[in-house]
Amino acid sequence: MHKWDFASVFANTDALLAGAAGTLRIFALCLVLGLSLGLIVGLGRTSRSRWLYWPASAFVEFFRNTPVLVQILWFYFALPMLLPFQIGPLAAAALGISLNSAAFSAEIFRGGIQSIDPGQWDGARAIGMGWGQAMRRIILPQALKRMTPALTNRAIEIFKMSTLASAVAYVELLQQGKLIASLNFNPIEAYTAIAVIFFVFLWPLVQMTYFLERRLKRDE
Amino acid sequence: MSILGVSGLTKRFGQADVLRGLDLEVAPGERIAILGASGSGKSTLLRCLNFMEMPDSGTVTLDGKIVGRRESELIQVRQRIGMVFQQFNLFPHMTAIGNVMEGLRTVRRFPKAEAQARAEKELARVGLADKAASYPAHLSGGQKQRVAIARALAMEPELMLFDEPTSALDPELVGEVLGVIRTLADEGRTMLLVTHELGFAYHVATRVIFLADGVIHEEGTPDQVLVHPTKERTRAFLASHKEYSLQG
Repeated sequence: MHKWDFASVFANTDALLAGAAGTLRIFALCLVLGLSLGLIVGLGRTSRSRWLYWPASAFVEFFRNTPVLVQILWFYFALPMLLPFQIGPLAAAALGISLNSAAFSAEIFRGGIQSIDPGQWDGARAIGMGWGQAMRRIILPQALKRMTPALTNRAIEIFKMSTLASAVAYVELLQQGKLIASLNFNPIEAYTAIAVIFFVFLWPLVQMTYFLERRLKRDE
Repeated sequence: MSILGVSGLTKRFGQADVLRGLDLEVAPGERIAILGASGSGKSTLLRCLNFMEMPDSGTVTLDGKIVGRRESELIQVRQRIGMVFQQFNLFPHMTAIGNVMEGLRTVRRFPKAEAQARAEKELARVGLADKAASYPAHLSGGQKQRVAIARALAMEPELMLFDEPTSALDPELVGEVLGVIRTLADEGRTMLLVTHELGFAYHVATRVIFLADGVIHEEGTPDQVLVHPTKERTRAFLASHKEYSLQG
């Protein structure tokens, strides 16, 4: 029977804090990059111009249908052999996760925008709004409301995908867990602790999305 | 001198030729009621006038100037032509006054106070000063349509297009919207109105147009078209509309 010993994990609190900081950093980076690029690609997917539609669709299909882990390894190991500069673990991981999230959130944005009644475009254009004004003032505010549950889901996914950065030895929670496990021979406690930490971060976030969903429903 | 001219207008949706070379001249102050069976092209004609639909061929002339096809020019033209829709198309995430201010703020770049003052004036004109802070979801159909009219009027359009403005309303709410349109008519505004309210067309329009097969089939004064139509199809259309009406 295994004798649980979390003392060896708590002894490495500093390492775990550094890991948590790394996880939050890559999460924040990928959330902003992934969702804003996703919005741009999603707008491209709603375009009637094939010069916007086709590149956006190719992007979505490519990054949706290749594993994030492979992309991260590719950016880290392969890209520097093709380009004349080095690329760090954070940049490689952030690129992979952001591009993948952009592809998935692009579909959320496209669906949200296309779910808005065409009459809203009519109303906006009839008072002289251009495409950008109508999108910014009329369509997106309504679409974002509908997309909130799906987008918060994306955020949770991004948070968990951050562990993939450990594949290129970026200092985040899982990477620190691996380190603690290998130094103290306590993989059971180390990985249990990592899982619990993720739960502690994410559970309130998920509760918040439920709250948001209820509020948005109430406003309709 | 016409304020709006249409020449050789055609529009096709897929296999359907909706407009087939339609010509029309609108003089300032004219109030034109457009009638026709469903699918006769009434709404399409209206939507081509402010380029909500792009005509396939033909020209639209505003104030003697042919309207080009550049988006920036179309945006200018749409600001000069107000449009009111069957389904209102109010912005549900904005209050009534927010809806009316939106064009002034976003398109015309009015300062907030000025936009608000004008929006209050327009809401008062349609009798909804007390509903300024209400969201569309809390307004009746008739109130929504009056806000939509105020939203169009706020841009100070040179002419107004009404696309079946009362067709989506419960019968008891039709009167309040027609009343507002009537006051606009009495102010001498130029307007084109697609409607099934034959009585309203008779009393308010200066000219009635009957569309069929994508062209003007018959036109004239309300009395000529509605009471003494000469064409068989106009008669059949009017007869079908009057079949169940109460004579009183």
